[in-house]
Amino acid sequence: MSSNTLAQAAETTKMQKFFKSNFWYSFTRDKVAIVSFTIFVILAGAALLAPVIAPTNPYDMAAIDIMDSELPPSWSEEGDERFLLGTDDQGRDLLSTILYGMRTSLTIGLCAVMLQMFLGVVIGLSSGYFGGRMDSFLMRMADIQLSFSTMMVAIIVLAVFQASFGSELYSKLAMLMLILVIGIAEWPQYARTIRASVLAEKKKEYVEAARVMGFGSGRIMFRHILPNCLSPILVISTVQIANAIISEAALSFLGLGMPVSQPSLGALISSGFEYIFSGSWWITVIPGIVLVVLVLVMNLLGDWLRDVMNPKLYKG
Amino acid sequence: MSLLSVDKLRIEFPSRHGTAVSVKDVSFTLEKGEILGLVGESGAGKSTIGNGIINLLSAPGRVAGGKIILDGEPIQGLEGEAMRQIRGSRIGFIFQDPMTSLNPLLTIGTQLMETVIATRNTDENTARARALELLDAVGIPEPELRLAQYPHQFSGGMRQRVVIAIALAGDPELIIADEPTTALDVSVQNQVLELIRKLCKERDVGCILVTHDMGVIANTTDRVAVLYQGEMVECGDTMDILERPQHPYTRSLISAVPRSDIKLHRFPQVDYIEKADCKPIDIKNHWLGVKEDFGSFDHDKLLQVENLNLRFVTQNAFLEKNRRYVQAIDNVSFHVKEGETFGLVGESGSGKSTTARVIAGLYAPQSGNVIFAGQNMGQMSEKQRRPLRREIQMVFQNPYSSLNARMTVADIIAEPIHFHDLADSAMQTRQIVNDLLDHVGLGAAAGRRYPHEFSGGQRQRISIARALATRPRFLICDEPTSALDVSVQAQILNLLKDLQDELGLTMLFISHDLPVIRQMCDRIAVMKQGAIVEINDTDTLFSNPQDPYTQNLIDVMPHLDHLSREGLELETVA
Repeated sequence: MSSNTLAQAAETTKMQKFFKSNFWYSFTRDKVAIVSFTIFVILAGAALLAPVIAPTNPYDMAAIDIMDSELPPSWSEEGDERFLLGTDDQGRDLLSTILYGMRTSLTIGLCAVMLQMFLGVVIGLSSGYFGGRMDSFLMRMADIQLSFSTMMVAIIVLAVFQASFGSELYSKLAMLMLILVIGIAEWPQYARTIRASVLAEKKKEYVEAARVMGFGSGRIMFRHILPNCLSPILVISTVQIANAIISEAALSFLGLGMPVSQPSLGALISSGFEYIFSGSWWITVIPGIVLVVLVLVMNLLGDWLRDVMNPKLYKG
Repeated sequence: MSLLSVDKLRIEFPSRHGTAVSVKDVSFTLEKGEILGLVGESGAGKSTIGNGIINLLSAPGRVAGGKIILDGEPIQGLEGEAMRQIRGSRIGFIFQDPMTSLNPLLTIGTQLMETVIATRNTDENTARARALELLDAVGIPEPELRLAQYPHQFSGGMRQRVVIAIALAGDPELIIADEPTTALDVSVQNQVLELIRKLCKERDVGCILVTHDMGVIANTTDRVAVLYQGEMVECGDTMDILERPQHPYTRSLISAVPRSDIKLHRFPQVDYIEKADCKPIDIKNHWLGVKEDFGSFDHDKLLQVENLNLRFVTQNAFLEKNRRYVQAIDNVSFHVKEGETFGLVGESGSGKSTTARVIAGLYAPQSGNVIFAGQNMGQMSEKQRRPLRREIQMVFQNPYSSLNARMTVADIIAEPIHFHDLADSAMQTRQIVNDLLDHVGLGAAAGRRYPHEFSGGQRQRISIARALATRPRFLICDEPTSALDVSVQAQILNLLKDLQDELGLTMLFISHDLPVIRQMCDRIAVMKQGAIVEINDTDTLFSNPQDPYTQNLIDVMPHLDHLSREGLELETVA
């Protein structure tokens, strides 16, 4: 038998195991989880495939005609059939802009959370594993960080950056800056959660067994303790991505986020807000609904995940 | 008419994998003033019967059939208010763990009076008087003072007395005691059992005593029902059953109980337990048989522990003088000969596990030396110590938490081999892992699975294989079988003895269970509050204990001398 077929056999048994697992069972029994997951997959897929499925490219200045600006959605009387959801104030197709904007929002959310996770895991793991002075120091840092509101820190940093380097450079680096600011501002959430589960895992005998074997701290922390702390990490990640997307939207709404040329969902809502009283409601409302739905399904999935992964619930 | 009669009771736990029947058509009766023991191993359904009687089954369990008749009234399936009338006032319940069955935020008095008021509709003064009377009855001194105290101010045994007092508060006709002494030390266990027995006889209360411990059954109960996988295999007079067991399961259960009177070469192997075929390997030519040379050292003192002291901070403070400590190890000295099994025995909190952890290098002692094969480990850096670390390995108490749940069994065992560079190639590592798994009786196929797919006894075999994977010379067994059923315990202890013979291992064996210690050890040290009170040869220690503490421990040890051991091959040590 070739190694390829062996690998395939292993793969199928893994799939079978997955379909027999508690995880899959509870998923198929939970309508909210199924609906949320489906919506999430559709939205994320649409965002990922934006360059393929979007009717126009909103970043392409040459394709935009200012004469098309503020056209209502195609189903209303003055609508234009070329633009399914209408156009924004600059004449961009709203559907395409939303798809590209969602892409930007999700990228920022994911990257910011990865940064949070990296910082939080390293800090929480060291803090919980080594304990003592290091623990006190790192956790006081976390407390200080938490006593500033994320928004306040983000606004100050972004405003200072914009003022000192000019909006030209800012618009180039906006995405990176947003990732850094949101990523750094929220690490204590992770660090605290991970520290708590490390403290619980550290007392278990498999950790002592690893120490008796003579393994070093790094190996014990990353190979033995960390994999056993994955469930809470997974659970807070879903909520944190949703939070990061909201933070980004809020910052963009305040004019400190993505530039008008590359709008995220928040920036789009903000740019449409100026026209809402002149009757062009769609520029704000449609991206707003998309944002709310995206964040809602992620939070619902997070709730479901927390219930499934709580070992107390499925022991009974 | 009997006080309680249970007829063809059937309890089911429906789940998506099908319905698990945990109690199958069990029938028994109980008279007033009688103590009935329900005995069996884990999963036998003994606790489920107790919970089923007062409808405390955890979801999705349900009573699927049969009758439960209490004093002429059928009570099966009663719910809500009707069941509440029975709980407490007609049936009292004693739980296993006294540490968690009392509310830590309420005083003992509040909890007792609450029960008295709920079950007897009295006013506060009468309830208080009744509470005092109950505390007195369960043998708690100074009841006036104790009434105002919180559970954390009581010891484990005292808490269990309080739980008994609460169970008695409603003057029940029946008491169900679910493993009431499993969480307690042996000396306390005896007092609590005597108390339960005395109260039942004095008050003419029927009692169902659920336990896994044959010693408890022998010393406390009038009649006994033996359960095996939800079925009652035998029921009758305790002495009859213990002396003349009819069913083969009862016989094997009794024979697996470690004997306290003589030391046997091996535990009698019994049927009715999970199969484990240990494949022999040619140790002399195998990787496992390779021994590192340590140069010359005194082989009578492979391990020497000298004046070991360790204290833990109980109250931290900035100033040294304000800190408070508890002396976990108090000037402990002993030595272990190469190839022998040295036992450390003591009650909980006596410092035996802490001593083992200092030897294994998990804690650093305040003062004193641990000398292994002539090398003082305390004076070494971590790097110098690493090669020595793998010479000393440990098998832990709790098989459920001592294996990393996210690694396959093969990875768990291969990791130390890989880490210490003990094999030449990945192929060889895999071969060694397979041999180890075969040798501890799991079979090489077990390597691909995860720890949660195994039972407690099987996991303990994995732990042993992992400990052997570094080719240790010295094995520390920290209560390796206290979480296991007796028949599995017998298997695991036999495995340890076999491995010791084959590999010439030296063992430090820690247990609170004197009969187990007697079967396993050549020499024994008795520990009390962090200090060693007596060290002696096993036989001398048991036949002629010197220290009063040891004498007391041996006195309260459950004796099963009159048990039938006929038909079981016994091979005594010459």
